[in-house]
Amino acid sequence: MHLVKHRSFLLLTTALATGALTLTACGSRDDGKDSNDNGGGSKTTVVIGVDAPLTGSLSALGQGIKNSVDLAAKTANKNNEVKGVTFTTGPLDDQAVPGTGQQNATKLVADKNVLGVVGPLNSGVAQSMQGVFAKAGLTEVSPANTNPALSQGDNWAKGEKNRPFKTYFRTATTDVIQGRFAAQYYHNDAKKQKVFVVDDKQTYGAGLATIFTQEFKRLGGEVVGTDHLTVKETDFSGIANKIKNSGADSVYFGGQFPEGGLLSDQVKKAGAHIPLMGGDGIYDPGFISASGESNDGDLGTSVGYPVEQLPSAQTFVKNYQAAGYKDPYAAYGGYSYDAAWAIIQAVKKAVEDNNGKLPSNARAAVVDAMSKISFDGVTGKVSFDQYGDTTNKQLTVYQVVGGVWKSVKSATFQD
Amino acid sequence: MHELPQTLVSGLALGALYGLIAIGYTMVYGIVQLINFAHGEIVMIGGFGALTIRLWLPGSVPLGAALPLMLLGGALTSVAVATAAERFAYRPLRGAPRLAPLITAIGLSIALQQIVWAFYPDAKKSRSFPQFGGDAFEITGNIHIQRDDLFVLIAAPLCMLALGFFVAKSRTGRAMQATAQDPDTARLMGVNTDRIIVLAFAIGGAFAAVAAVAQGLRAGQINFEMGFILGLKAFTAAVLGGIGNIYGAMLGGVVLGIAETASTTYIQDIPGMQQLGGGGWKDVWAFVLLIVVLLVRPQGLLGERVADRA
Repeated sequence: MHLVKHRSFLLLTTALATGALTLTACGSRDDGKDSNDNGGGSKTTVVIGVDAPLTGSLSALGQGIKNSVDLAAKTANKNNEVKGVTFTTGPLDDQAVPGTGQQNATKLVADKNVLGVVGPLNSGVAQSMQGVFAKAGLTEVSPANTNPALSQGDNWAKGEKNRPFKTYFRTATTDVIQGRFAAQYYHNDAKKQKVFVVDDKQTYGAGLATIFTQEFKRLGGEVVGTDHLTVKETDFSGIANKIKNSGADSVYFGGQFPEGGLLSDQVKKAGAHIPLMGGDGIYDPGFISASGESNDGDLGTSVGYPVEQLPSAQTFVKNYQAAGYKDPYAAYGGYSYDAAWAIIQAVKKAVEDNNGKLPSNARAAVVDAMSKISFDGVTGKVSFDQYGDTTNKQLTVYQVVGGVWKSVKSATFQD
Repeated sequence: MHELPQTLVSGLALGALYGLIAIGYTMVYGIVQLINFAHGEIVMIGGFGALTIRLWLPGSVPLGAALPLMLLGGALTSVAVATAAERFAYRPLRGAPRLAPLITAIGLSIALQQIVWAFYPDAKKSRSFPQFGGDAFEITGNIHIQRDDLFVLIAAPLCMLALGFFVAKSRTGRAMQATAQDPDTARLMGVNTDRIIVLAFAIGGAFAAVAAVAQGLRAGQINFEMGFILGLKAFTAAVLGGIGNIYGAMLGGVVLGIAETASTTYIQDIPGMQQLGGGGWKDVWAFVLLIVVLLVRPQGLLGERVADRA
């Protein structure tokens, strides 16, 4: 029969399938701007843009970010924080895909009422957005990006720190701090000597794994093996067998919780009853539910002190619950609230410096004001250093105990 | 090389799973020459069907007893969706240029994902799937079989045998072979080809549900996106084995599964290849294998059986 035809058809389908692998980024972008605009005469509306994964496997974190920014905007309006200015939020969904993030950035830049953006969640997405915001002079504050290169340039590891984008700020601590903190905990507190390092090949995961490896070796520990896994896959039994055969006494994973939970599960099923540690990407209830086997003893570091334990956070938690959001504030709620509040404070400063009116070059004024603001936020003192990084260097190690994350050590990072 | 047996066992379990899904691609292709790219989503929906049954049963029912019902529930859901897809998405396009049903399949796949995402309770993140707890069975010192892998290792060959028997021996199976060979002549001989095509989709759907339960047991979770990668890998397995050939689909699956686990373990031990080994490169090596096989045998391992496609 039409063999030749079939074959060329098959070839075409295979090519399409390969294309589909790289082009999974289709679907909804949520245009939902709250439309309570400036009906009230003299009031100016300022939009705080939000970019986070609102759908997909990281949507739990993204929804927490979106709601927390919304809470900050509403609080500012209620308290009349900036006279004559009403804040609204413009949330966009990036699906954790860099290309989508860039489109969202372009969209946010085009809206003249947007004076600051909170987001994104993923370091890889941030890379694709930074340039767009820098060109438009629009302030961006990420509550969750931890990759050092975003604020300190590509050569940060060699000590040549160079801020690539003047408009980029973050309320999260960098991976340098987090990865080294994790290595110090594993080596000094948990007394681990032989670690197996796995990462997910993404900007965040690979960066964190590299920093961890350097610090662990510097402290005198041994890295008995390394491997990489692919995001969205579920079968890591090959890696799990390798970990077991390597004789490692611990695993470090640079990546996110969906893969982290499965990896932990499969390592334990392969017969290696050793703890797995990761960064803030795995510090999520999803890490525990992703794992069928009990993963008690696994560890995760996260930036800041536990929101529930900070006195400054009590009001946030109370207000968040009172606002009745459908999704919890998750790991980055407090940082998102602080990020949004930083933008609000910068707008306030810009307005005050301009005799109570929003200046005509509002975006530039907000960027200038960002480096000068300082306030007591949900997560502690909020201010930014010369690279746009948070000056807050508090971290916490969490451990899975009886199926829930419990904080075991909170400290300020020591060099 | 002491880890070789374990690598083979892990690869076999993974490959049996790919093979079960590949059956769905190969059956449909064998009869209507359509690559049903929505088949990965049929798997996913079967998983959610099975999970629904588990949640509906009282928690006191042990998993072993619930499993047949879960398989039944999953199969009913998958078969219903697969046959509905055939009836409403593909049949109107029969006779249309080949690209039309292909694009429809891709569209259907996105639509099915979004429907589950939007309407299944709490499906925006992974839903946990029940697992058999307990330690792995130790065969010898260095071979362990996970309890949750046992299901796929038993179910896949059983399903395969049943299907082989059905296609070769039963009257309907012979009608299937006839339709695959030449639909027009088969219709003239009194075969209801529309019914045969629906049946091909239904069998693919039932196998998809078995695969979904196997995947749920292995990973301990299912999510609305799970069909994409599974579907892609199974499609690869079907091509590797010779698309249109049911035994080829199973063999292709097993070869692909073992290629993945073996390349994770061994490539990096080859001197000079350290950077090209490990889990990050396993898909590359699996596709290198596919290309090599297709260069040497363009019809796939067992051949595209043109004369006897079903």
